[in-house]
Amino acid sequence: MLRPSTFAAALLGAAGLAFAVSLLDAARLGTARQPARDERRVLVGKLGLTDLSLFTEARYTRHPSQADLHSALQDHPAAFDHFPTGALLAPPPHLTAPYASLAGKTASPD
Amino acid sequence: MHPWLEKQRHLIDFTLAALARRKAKNIGLLAAYALLVFVLASLALFTQALRKEAGFVLAASPEVIVQRMVAGRHDLIPPGYLEKIGRLRGVQKKEGRLWGYYYDPVVSANYTFMARPAEEVASGSIMLGATLARARGLQPGNLISFRSYAGKLFSFKVAALLSPDSELLAADLVLLSEDDFRAFFDYPAGHYTDIALSVANPQEVRNIAAKLANALPDSRPILREEVLRTYQSIFDWREGIVLTVLAGAILAFALLAWDKASGLSAEEKREIGILKAIGWETGDVIRMKLWEGVLVSLSAFLLGFVAAYIHVFYFGAAIFKPVLQGWAVLYPSFTLVPAVDGLQIATLAFFTIFPYSAAVLVPIWRAATTDPDAVMR
Repeated sequence: MLRPSTFAAALLGAAGLAFAVSLLDAARLGTARQPARDERRVLVGKLGLTDLSLFTEARYTRHPSQADLHSALQDHPAAFDHFPTGALLAPPPHLTAPYASLAGKTASPD
Repeated sequence: MHPWLEKQRHLIDFTLAALARRKAKNIGLLAAYALLVFVLASLALFTQALRKEAGFVLAASPEVIVQRMVAGRHDLIPPGYLEKIGRLRGVQKKEGRLWGYYYDPVVSANYTFMARPAEEVASGSIMLGATLARARGLQPGNLISFRSYAGKLFSFKVAALLSPDSELLAADLVLLSEDDFRAFFDYPAGHYTDIALSVANPQEVRNIAAKLANALPDSRPILREEVLRTYQSIFDWREGIVLTVLAGAILAFALLAWDKASGLSAEEKREIGILKAIGWETGDVIRMKLWEGVLVSLSAFLLGFVAAYIHVFYFGAAIFKPVLQGWAVLYPSFTLVPAVDGLQIATLAFFTIFPYSAAVLVPIWRAATTDPDAVMR
């Protein structure tokens, strides 16, 4: 009869092999999917895109890098951000950093 | 076989037999453990791949985008603005861009309209993102009508669809000619949405942005590095949010593992006492338990990681999709390029294998060093 340790070694060996295969597969998929990724980069350069279209429900989630600091709350003063993505999406760091000297500085009064 | 190896095999045989005596409990523990590793590994693989993807593709985005702000809101670029920017030294190319949003009540989705030169998209025709085309059931050659914000109906012929490989960037994109864009949105002549600048020397980008802010005080320059940083932080934030949501589950598992591993049952204590009474050394008892910890945690890690890999890179992280999708009607279908790095795996392995193995050892060491007679009582 198979000893429990042999059985465990076989199972662990199989799991370890699957783990190694997943790492090799990552390298294979990386090579296979790279041309499509290069195409995406070309499209970004050609159209001048700035954002991923992961969240298309509101303008500040569709283009978070282009949104201004208060766009999530611009519907009226003290408005709550009402899209669920808002809870998942951090405000861009260059808008919240106190040293961001370039963001939204205007000489004329708003 | 080497005597040391034979001894370890016997210890493992004994450990597995002991685990098999409490089969349901231990299989349940292994399943919960593997599930936890699966969720954590899925999250790590998914966010890392998205972070790398955003970093790679957005590295080709414009060096500087100039927006104009009026009363704290993004406003149109008026005529004459482009000429003023043209005088800045270091700016290689400047291009007024036209883009905006359109809400389509038919599918309750927001689209991004973007104007392209006439040689790319002819007047009266449009190019569509694959996700949008799927949502509206459109093929090249079909006609589609949109009611403009002025109430007029505009019909366009679908000239082509953007590659399905670009859905992550262009899910909701509608490309149309500049004339059509201006007519559809009733855009004032000579005005633009924003300006994209090309800067020859990357070292100069910050200086140019500073000069822009001085020359055009109502402008807001957005640098490419800020765009890239935004995406790095978005996925850090997301990982953090999901980890926070998972914190309860992680703590519950930690408690379960700690309770299972540290709170030795009377039965286990008696078992250790008997083993010592029949001649086992303290070192043997500890080695036996060490094997138990390593076998359980290593199996859980390997199973959880492989399942997470398949989930993220072959099933498009289907479990996270509802969270990512939010209220968006158009959600791109995309495949990620795996970005598995050694540090990521080592961190995951350390935080999943090590604590459990340690939690198993400490109480056993205490029990195994006490007098067998006292333990059995």
